[in-house]
Amino acid sequence: MFIKIQNLSKIYNKYLAVNKINFQIEKNKTIGLLGPNGCGKTTTIGMILGLVTPSHGEILIDNKNINSFSRDKILNRFNFASPYVELPKKLTVKQNLEIYGRLYGIENLDKTIDEISNDLDIKSFFERKTGELSSGQKNRVSLAKSLINRPEILLLDEPTASLDPDIGDFIRSYIQDYKSKNEVTILLASHNMNEVERLCDSIIMMKKGNIIDKGTCKDLIQKHGRTNLEETFLKIVRSKDEF
Amino acid sequence: MNFNKIYALGLRHIYLIMNSFPRILDLIYWPTVQIFLWGFISKFFTLNSEYYSNTVGVILTAAILYDFLFRASISFNMMFLEEIWSRNFTNLFIAPIRIREIIAALTLTAILRTLIGLVPAVLISIPLFGVSVLKLGIPLIFLLIGLYLFGITLGLLVTSGLLRYGPSFENIAWASLFFLAPLGCIYYPIDILPNFLQLIAKALPLVHIFEEMRSILISNSVSYVNILKSISISIVYFVFGVIVFYYSYFGAKKRGTLINMGE
Repeated sequence: MFIKIQNLSKIYNKYLAVNKINFQIEKNKTIGLLGPNGCGKTTTIGMILGLVTPSHGEILIDNKNINSFSRDKILNRFNFASPYVELPKKLTVKQNLEIYGRLYGIENLDKTIDEISNDLDIKSFFERKTGELSSGQKNRVSLAKSLINRPEILLLDEPTASLDPDIGDFIRSYIQDYKSKNEVTILLASHNMNEVERLCDSIIMMKKGNIIDKGTCKDLIQKHGRTNLEETFLKIVRSKDEF
Repeated sequence: MNFNKIYALGLRHIYLIMNSFPRILDLIYWPTVQIFLWGFISKFFTLNSEYYSNTVGVILTAAILYDFLFRASISFNMMFLEEIWSRNFTNLFIAPIRIREIIAALTLTAILRTLIGLVPAVLISIPLFGVSVLKLGIPLIFLLIGLYLFGITLGLLVTSGLLRYGPSFENIAWASLFFLAPLGCIYYPIDILPNFLQLIAKALPLVHIFEEMRSILISNSVSYVNILKSISISIVYFVFGVIVFYYSYFGAKKRGTLINMGE
């Protein structure tokens, strides 16, 4: 198993944000992390990224505790993109990619930036300051930054939030295409059920810090007797039962 | 230490400065205003004070050295605040850069910001007031090292507060140096302070640095023992600042504040 989460909990003061969750992700699979706002998705991602110290439990990468790796070694294998986390606004797109390429110690940086920029179609605004870009352009730049080190583990937090359908579809197609050509394990937190159905091999449903159900999209839809993932999501999060 | 990563983080701040002419202007403007203000005050005291009668530029030199300390500290704080303001905090802290490399990058880049602001002001003071800090000679290098280390230490303590309490701690960043200035004995000898404050003041490197500066300019005598003492005290504070920074970083991870800093 590539990533294994064992009895992971986070307590902020007395508030239980994540409660003894267990899940695993096989190599090169895409897992969707779903749940209503405040269910613990971001805290879970934060713990995997090393931004939040778990209160209990452990995160295993290739069966080794994540804490046994040095900070720079393990973070070189990860990357993250979210519309809620921005790149320095006053720097140009090119400068930002250069800085992060250097921070990730990328060899042949110019070539790497060139390839990613062509793929994500961001070359036309390469010299513009990142803060001057539209939401769609910013999201593509953020995705470019998250792929600059060709991560083994990519964490995406609502990568298409607030994008128009055209750009949203472009991002989703790009992620699909990228995954088909590269070895990457993806953990995707999203509220867009179509996106999750399209991109994810299986799903983890969270509510109030707990995992309340998991499985493939098809299995979950069938299990709950619904016709699509959105209806299934609503049934699960509105139910008082655990599944 | 990976110097490529330190350079990368430094480059981020160099680009920030180079991309904005108003930012460069802002860096130069305040030290220059300070030099003008203290230049005229210095000139007045030189002409009207017995203590300063034969020592042109003691006050102005003190003002320049104090501004060096101030700029070093503020530069460190500002670079850290830039990451919060630009909501880049998460990206920075998930990058494979060690905490000590972040500290090293901010420390080394702060000198650049400090010099951009101060060098023009120092050059102006030579023709305008006939005062040059270079008159301090070789000891100037050691005085600047002591001041820089202490300035960075204050920056570390303020950024630790930012990690601990979030952006609301920002106002402390601006106030921190003004709080210590009276005890630093920048413009007056330590004897002016009440006895109990003298004890506190002596625990700071500033007193030793500025006493030594006055000794060089007024009595033309250098005590390398005092200079060494000031640098040693600065190093002790710097190590303390680094420890506090690490403590705050691990505390922020526990509280989960790194993930939403700046939001």
